[in-house]
Amino acid sequence: MAEYPTPTTAQDFAANFAQIKPLMSNTEALYESSRCLFCFDAPCIKACPSGIDIPQFIRQINSGNTTGAAKTIYEANYFGNACGKVCPTEVLCEGACVYNLNEQKPIEIGRLQSHATRKVIDSGQKLFGPGAANGRKVAVIGAGPAGISAACELRALGYEVDVFEARAQPSGLTLYGVAPYKITNEETLAEMDYLEQQFGYRVHYNQRISSREDLQRLEDGYDAIFLGIGLGATNALLLPGEERQHCVGAVEFIEQLRTEQQHVAVGRKVVVLGGGNTAMDAASESARMGAEDVVLAYRRGKDEMGAYEFEYDLAKSVGVKGLFNVAPVEIIGNGKVEGVRFIRTATVDGQVQVVPGSEFVESCDMVIKATGQSKQTGFLHLIPGLQLDGKGRIVADARTGQTTNPKYFASGDALNGGAEVVNAAAEAKQTARGIHGFLSGN
Amino acid sequence: MPDLSINFAGIKSPNPFWLASAPPTNSGYQVMKAFDAGWGGAVWKTLGVPVVNVSSRYGGVNYRDKRLVGFNNIELISDRPLADNLREIEEVKKHFPHHAVIASLMVQSRQEWHDIVRDVTNAGADGIELNFGCPHGMCERGMGSAVGQEPEVLRTIVEWVMEVARIPVIVKLTPNISDITEPARAARAGGADAISLINTIQSIVGVDLDKFAPYPIVDGKGTNGGYCGPAVKPIALNMVKNCAQDPDVRLPISGIGGIENWRDAVEHILLGASSVQVCTAAMHFGFGIIREMTAGLEQYMTEKGFSTIYDMVGKALPNVKHWEDLNLKYKVTAHINEDKCIGCQLCYTACEDGAHQAIRLQEGTRTPAIIEENCVGCNLCSLVCPVEQCITMERTDDATQHRTWKERTAANDIPVTFNDERAGGLHHWVPEPAAALGKERHKTLPGKARALGSPQAARLPAPAESQS
Repeated sequence: MAEYPTPTTAQDFAANFAQIKPLMSNTEALYESSRCLFCFDAPCIKACPSGIDIPQFIRQINSGNTTGAAKTIYEANYFGNACGKVCPTEVLCEGACVYNLNEQKPIEIGRLQSHATRKVIDSGQKLFGPGAANGRKVAVIGAGPAGISAACELRALGYEVDVFEARAQPSGLTLYGVAPYKITNEETLAEMDYLEQQFGYRVHYNQRISSREDLQRLEDGYDAIFLGIGLGATNALLLPGEERQHCVGAVEFIEQLRTEQQHVAVGRKVVVLGGGNTAMDAASESARMGAEDVVLAYRRGKDEMGAYEFEYDLAKSVGVKGLFNVAPVEIIGNGKVEGVRFIRTATVDGQVQVVPGSEFVESCDMVIKATGQSKQTGFLHLIPGLQLDGKGRIVADARTGQTTNPKYFASGDALNGGAEVVNAAAEAKQTARGIHGFLSGN
Repeated sequence: MPDLSINFAGIKSPNPFWLASAPPTNSGYQVMKAFDAGWGGAVWKTLGVPVVNVSSRYGGVNYRDKRLVGFNNIELISDRPLADNLREIEEVKKHFPHHAVIASLMVQSRQEWHDIVRDVTNAGADGIELNFGCPHGMCERGMGSAVGQEPEVLRTIVEWVMEVARIPVIVKLTPNISDITEPARAARAGGADAISLINTIQSIVGVDLDKFAPYPIVDGKGTNGGYCGPAVKPIALNMVKNCAQDPDVRLPISGIGGIENWRDAVEHILLGASSVQVCTAAMHFGFGIIREMTAGLEQYMTEKGFSTIYDMVGKALPNVKHWEDLNLKYKVTAHINEDKCIGCQLCYTACEDGAHQAIRLQEGTRTPAIIEENCVGCNLCSLVCPVEQCITMERTDDATQHRTWKERTAANDIPVTFNDERAGGLHHWVPEPAAALGKERHKTLPGKARALGSPQAARLPAPAESQS
């Protein structure tokens, strides 16, 4: 039975995907910021991949200096508003809050962060600007968290920056890949507009860099090239029947959901394959789109899922049911998906083994594969001398982000194999400094 | 069941909780409602020649999310005609013959004092309180704190009042004076039956950062007001104690200042008050707070075995000494309960920067450790610790020795020269000044952003230490 009616209007959609971290009012922010202890050498700062001075910005909110708070946040992380909403704060800053050790609620750091940054986004207040022009140019491929963060930092350092984006809008997975109940399209794009206005980089939309010729043009026209290309499409399962209608990749499903919202159709019964955070998102989203039954199928046990516990809890809270220790064998159906044939598994010595003769069919009319994203190795091989590791990740200097082709630098999912928005934003800021160090001869 | 009733200098009241002379006692309606709610007495809003008030009268001091930890006002005495007030006093007394109605008064001439004392007595008031405390508006006209600050004038006016008073007279004192016992003694010398303290403290509660004017703002301007609320309790307690301990005062004391729960009231009583007055808390939370106050007081008295209020009045006074009478041999040392510590390290940074560098950080854990030989037992760490009973102060002397400053002075055993060998801190270790430089910069200027520096200043990549 569906807990959510199928949304047919924008209002329905917004209701079904109500923000789990809604914007704080001034009063709520005052009360929440009042709780912060201002720890010495605060654990929350250390837990933040972008190293935001959290006690400082909370104290600034509390003392009525929300603008200063936003500045503190953006100085460390250009995706300050988005990260406040989409970060897995439960395992990062909020998870590190010392209140947890006293069995008290941790400070709602994410929501406070979004509160402060949203204020300056809404007012358009000028906090940052480009540095004095140094006459050099950098091309950024990809307008995701890595690319935009690099662009901001490079502009602050005085570079001319052109960002080339294959899609029609910026922010990458923040817009196209994050669950809609974590952040709305409007919020995401508002921050992107704000950053573009502050720093003045140029974004060229619908301009996919995909050929050797494209790259050559960038190599000729720019002093350095930043790769913020992220990952590719959902990995194929290589199962019989995978081509059937209504068997889709999670990343593609979520992208469609973010762009078409209530116009996306989901099945009445959806099987989601996978145990990671994207699987949890896809399952939650199917339920919120009105699917009557959503089954999350994972080939290992519940405790072995890669997803954060709170993400599984969130999925369960909207009626998603877990089906563990099962491996898909075949997507069955007649043109359209009608079910998934599974075989039961057991984990022996850490290895997943199938249990012979335990096959069964779970009927459904939609399958969402959340089985990881592919690397964009084909494209990356067009870059001379660019080395990839065994998993298809770009090899780069950990401190500078410089790849084995000295003109190319990289950050984000293409480098780290797939992590959070905050990781990409933090890495890209550092890599921008790496580019600066390289080009200024340090 | 303990008996909460009091007989304060002849004024009887079913419990020691009175509303102070202030906006909550501006009318018979309010006083009746308060008595109905359980208050034992009320000191009527000060009567005299009716005033004219300004609009915008109160200012608040908020601490973080806590509203009104301090409060001030620039309101004056009653702006209602005397006859209306007298009629209402009479009506209240008809309904509540056993509750205490005290008329607060402020006038100028001897004749006015005589007239108004007679008027409120005829109206049925149980007592009179002379408002010699108001520190704003009225004092500029030679009344209120202008009287409280001149013991001779105070005494003279008390004498005028006593010439005609047939009901008990309380003198309300202003804290805006260097020695509160001077006006208290003057009140006694003039023949008053009791004193009440403190009135409000002259104050500016805040300045509007955009309008460049003090709160509360009246058409772009402001003036000093009278400060009260929880923040003033410590000042009030000290002044109550000073009056209670002074052998030349020896008058019943009505304690006022920062009382908003039973605990505050008990503190005033333990330091010598035998009735307490409340204003700000009633203005903040309404008369309903009396439920918690009486219930808490009753429970405390039951637990302590006090059958009447008088069993506890002044009970802490013998333990309030002059500094020179404290035992210099007593020694406490901080103790951190590791099971309770949540690792905020506030104790560490407080001791390190604000005290005696007696707490150190430890490798592999966020729980700091006490350096016992450096700990002077100042309490700071236990005061900043956010966890109940996590840092406790443990006695470390053997409790066999007792030596006070007074005794050491008598024995000629005190430091007397600038570099005296007997300097208390002489053998206490302190770090070398230069050891401070850069010691914790990576922790107090935290975050990757700090390590990277501002984009404009960037020349070199992040220092390696930021990666650790």
